[in-house]
Amino acid sequence: MSKKISPDDISAEVRLELYRTQVRLREAEQRAFDLFLQNLVKGTSHLSLGQEAIAAGFAVAMQKGDLSFCTYRGHAHTLARGVPVEKVLGELMSRDNGLMRGKGGSMHLTSVEHGVMGSYAIIGAHLPIACGAAWRAQYRGDSDVSVCFFGDGTTNIGAFHEALNFAAIWKLPVVFVCENNLYMEYTPIADVTAVEHPAADRAAAYGLERIIIDGNDADEVLRTARSAYERARRGDGPSLIEAMTYRHSGHSRADPAKYRPEGELERWKERDPIKMYRARLLNLGVSETVLNAIEQEIKDEIEAATVACKAAPPPSTDIIFTDVYADGGWAWRN
Amino acid sequence: MAELTYRDAVARGIAQEMARDPDVVLIGEDIAKAGGVFKATVGLYEQFGPRRVRDTPISEQAILGAAMGAAMTGLKPIAEIMFADFAAVCWDYFANEFPKSRYMTNGQVKTPLVVRLGNGGGARFGAQHSQSVENWCMMIPGLKVVVPSSPVDVIGLMAAAVRDPDPVIFLEHKSLYATKGEVPDGEIVDTLGTAKILRHGKDATILALALMVPRALEAANRLHAEHGIDCEVIDVRSLVPLDTQTILASVARTHRVFTVEENPRLCGWGAELMSIIADEAFYDLDGPLVRITTPHIPLPAADVLEDLVIPSSARIVETVLRTLSN
Repeated sequence: MSKKISPDDISAEVRLELYRTQVRLREAEQRAFDLFLQNLVKGTSHLSLGQEAIAAGFAVAMQKGDLSFCTYRGHAHTLARGVPVEKVLGELMSRDNGLMRGKGGSMHLTSVEHGVMGSYAIIGAHLPIACGAAWRAQYRGDSDVSVCFFGDGTTNIGAFHEALNFAAIWKLPVVFVCENNLYMEYTPIADVTAVEHPAADRAAAYGLERIIIDGNDADEVLRTARSAYERARRGDGPSLIEAMTYRHSGHSRADPAKYRPEGELERWKERDPIKMYRARLLNLGVSETVLNAIEQEIKDEIEAATVACKAAPPPSTDIIFTDVYADGGWAWRN
Repeated sequence: MAELTYRDAVARGIAQEMARDPDVVLIGEDIAKAGGVFKATVGLYEQFGPRRVRDTPISEQAILGAAMGAAMTGLKPIAEIMFADFAAVCWDYFANEFPKSRYMTNGQVKTPLVVRLGNGGGARFGAQHSQSVENWCMMIPGLKVVVPSSPVDVIGLMAAAVRDPDPVIFLEHKSLYATKGEVPDGEIVDTLGTAKILRHGKDATILALALMVPRALEAANRLHAEHGIDCEVIDVRSLVPLDTQTILASVARTHRVFTVEENPRLCGWGAELMSIIADEAFYDLDGPLVRITTPHIPLPAADVLEDLVIPSSARIVETVLRTLSN
């Protein structure tokens, strides 16, 4: 994995944006966890603490109009496209100010206006759907790229293979991003996969390049994303990227992650993407004051969002029967 | 006016919509140059070209997922899942993705698409290529389910399905592909959620779908000619939305009702209809609600066996006679 810093190709503004985004994702998800401990976040939630560099790098490299397709571990990818923290926390807290007014919940965060085309809770389902959005772009000559995020566990389900082959033969402008956090739910991915790199080692089967990157290095993620998007926009077809990372928390809120070997989490925390990126920025001459200001700004946003969500009412029960069908209602008979 | 097969009506219906709207695209296995394994898309590749009529690998999840992603972002895809039984290998899209995305996202995501499937038995294909899967689809909130029985309905309901803003499951009956019917010239557009009374009668209402429609009509003609019993035959056509008004009004006139269902017995569409009738027309009824269905078994392949289990006009005649004489 390359750790090389080449200051030339990433502007200072973009670097600050990468830092701001990562801090925002970290703080928002940490807040979601705190609210869960206070029994204010209902249902399940799947955090990606420790994986922020991937969401930040791919989102910051996107253009307006590019489309994100996420999994149930989708808070970070949703926030990274600029969706307000209040909208996400509101959804997690089943409030009327939530992104979908509480009709979807943590696993289905969607904000079409931000290009977040959905968070999909059935493993693998959204890879073919991202192909379809990319097919539309190809069909109409639109320049947007569809970017599809998923975990290492997804590489063992049929839809992964169907989508990869489909995207390759149709040369679709879609980028598949496997976040390899080493665990498929509660089980080491290596225990259930025939190859060492569950995504990259299968790329050849679809005529694609084997790409493995350090998913905790936001610069490396950004560079990889830029090159994959450029390839897609050129009409040269899909990419499959395996980004190595580690989730600091369990699979879901119900999982204390006791299955991890002793010391593993601590070793990965030394490679915490935000800690590393902060050190890099200081190294590059960014002042402590600038970084502190960013951190404070994020903390303020999250605090304000929390206050707003706590004050927000629950959704009106009228919406139980809305939007089943396109006429806005649920009528199935006359 | 021209005589057209049900098979050619599928292609004509799709062509009508593709010519009207450049966002309508067609994908599926063998549907382009080969014209479809049932020859229901012959000529479309030649007429509309490889950009709009596109073959896929044998990847049903990719086909339906791609249709959904395209629909969410502005196209109006028609996707073919060859044999309806194959819906089981891509069921996630029917059950979890198409019908729930609009609701879960509070109306943000729209999935205007059509899935065509070759449904039903009678072709001696055995238990995995002969099923009637309309009930699988009917039970999922968010889907619309259309089951045409004649060439003119195929065209009109195809147009309605393509123009509909919701995901529509369009079930073509394999044993009807070769049947013929009169079709008017020019554009044909029908309405989803409308049943059709095909034969008026005063003694009993027979509700049927797809291949069971011609069998119900044949039975009604025999019951009239041979036994003086005058049955009303209704082609339900659309399971969701469901035209209960036409059905309840008929039951109010005839006071007796039968369903003819190709599906295995349990949870057939007829059970839902009978439950509505029992709830809302109980005092109109002069006798029991009788469902004529395939028994609750997988379909056998051999002709002598398959013909025995799928409702025939003879079985309809016999059941109606026995019930009305009690």
